[in-house]
Amino acid sequence: MAKSLLVVERVTHRFGGLLAVNAASLAAPEGHITALIGPNGAGKTTLFSIISGFLMPREGSVLYADEDITGEPPHKLARRGIARTFQIVQPFGGLSVRDNILVGAHLHHRARHRALAIAEQVGHDVGLGDMLDRPADTLTIAGRKRLELARALATEPKLLLLDEVLAGLNPSEIRDIVPIIRNFCRRGITIMMIEHVMQAVMSLAELVFVLAEGRVIAEGSPAQVAANPAVVEAYLGHGAAAKLGGAHAR
Amino acid sequence: MRALAPIFVVVAALAAVPLVVSSNVVLNFLVVALLIALAGQGWNILGGYGGQYSFGHAAFFGTGAYVTAVLQVRYGVNAWPAFAAGIASGAALGALIGALTFRSGLRGSYFALVTLAFAEVLRIVASVAPITGAGVGTLVKLDLRVEAMQFQSRAVFYWVILALVAASLVIARLIERSRFGVWLVAVRENEDAARALGVDATQVKLAAMVISGAVTAAAGCFYVQYFLFIDAPIAYGTWISVEALLTPIIGGVGTVFGPLLGALVVKSLGEAAKLITGDAPGLDLIVYGAVLVLVIWLLPRGLIGGLAQARKRLRRRAPAAAATAEAGHG
Repeated sequence: MAKSLLVVERVTHRFGGLLAVNAASLAAPEGHITALIGPNGAGKTTLFSIISGFLMPREGSVLYADEDITGEPPHKLARRGIARTFQIVQPFGGLSVRDNILVGAHLHHRARHRALAIAEQVGHDVGLGDMLDRPADTLTIAGRKRLELARALATEPKLLLLDEVLAGLNPSEIRDIVPIIRNFCRRGITIMMIEHVMQAVMSLAELVFVLAEGRVIAEGSPAQVAANPAVVEAYLGHGAAAKLGGAHAR
Repeated sequence: MRALAPIFVVVAALAAVPLVVSSNVVLNFLVVALLIALAGQGWNILGGYGGQYSFGHAAFFGTGAYVTAVLQVRYGVNAWPAFAAGIASGAALGALIGALTFRSGLRGSYFALVTLAFAEVLRIVASVAPITGAGVGTLVKLDLRVEAMQFQSRAVFYWVILALVAASLVIARLIERSRFGVWLVAVRENEDAARALGVDATQVKLAAMVISGAVTAAAGCFYVQYFLFIDAPIAYGTWISVEALLTPIIGGVGTVFGPLLGALVVKSLGEAAKLITGDAPGLDLIVYGAVLVLVIWLLPRGLIGGLAQARKRLRRRAPAAAATAEAGHG
């Protein structure tokens, strides 16, 4: 596989007494889609917050393009080319869709007309072309997810961290967004996504890491990971794999 | 340039007022209203666009006023450079307070309280420090010459403050259209989301506070040249902190013309309340307060926000009305 754009090395983080991430290591190969899955509370979002600079890890390091970026603030990481979306969407509610995307587009373009042109283009790319002048807080949840994508994309990232962009969407909305994400990857953007929608993980990701109770318990292709008994147990409880295996045998 | 056209129109119209009105009472009223508009525009840049609600903009107003007055009276500096120094001191104070508050991550009501505390501390210091004239205040010598930035005609004073207001309108408009302004509004709307998009929130807020401090300080500098007197309750009193935040809130926060419109309306209301209540002391303040509460209650986005909404509603209703009219004919 391609060389890794992002490498997380034995990162540990605690919230008080709670060990949220425990010596987790993973890597995102350049130009590919990597998925980070795991049961609720596994520490996925915490790990994303560490990678994107919102949290400082207690131990371990984050490498991006072979440079140590551990603890660098989010705005500097964005300038380096790391963009993230938020699991709980964070639109600039009082602004129009266009102005929302404009914030991201301004990152590498000072001139207003240039940034506006990019905002418009990106808006069309994610399917918000007809809604550019609507206030962001009038969008449906699917619209807001697209807006999260658009804003991040407008910063012209090299690495895109997607935190559950498909959560809360119905199957037809998911079918609409999956090709958009695949398209970003084709354009050379490395993607790491946290996702619960397995159908999307299976069709998009080439490499999957499974996080449970803060530790990486499995990695591999989607098919390998799905067949891994440790993963099944992490989701369904201790002994589940054996019981399921037994059911298959019968 | 087209973005600045409305400002030219409004300023030109206001500039013509002394040509038709010669009443000193009216001109004096307008000078004070414009002075408040200038202080309010300073607040609006930080509070309206940046969402950082300061309760202590008196700190900037008073510092601008004292620097202008003290440099002239105690150090014999000419009024014009003293005026410029007053504005610069507002910017410097903005950088200082901004660095202390934003770097320590103070947001929302904590930021408001700390700015209030700064203004109060300055008020207390100014009322005892010898250099400010302590409790007596500082009197600038009457010297009606252009070199001393004092003018025989009230109309000239009016044009000076109007020029300052015009400059503040242009600054607000340029901010609105710039990358800095887009980032500033993004920080107001959602600081974490803005940071994720590459916005250095602390830096952006700090820059806004420097500009904000300079603009509000300019109002203080002008106050000294116009009234030739400053003391601690005027310079750092809560009255100016309140006026500076009230005018943009009434007029429309985060809009170019909000502070100007708000200042004209608020000052007119104050005068009208005095006229209505006549001699009863304090009654005008009650009327004034009641009207302010009503405006904020009914128009949470200020007069300009309310107007924009009304226009949108009319536009939506107009085609509908035309359709029903046609149906009626058929």
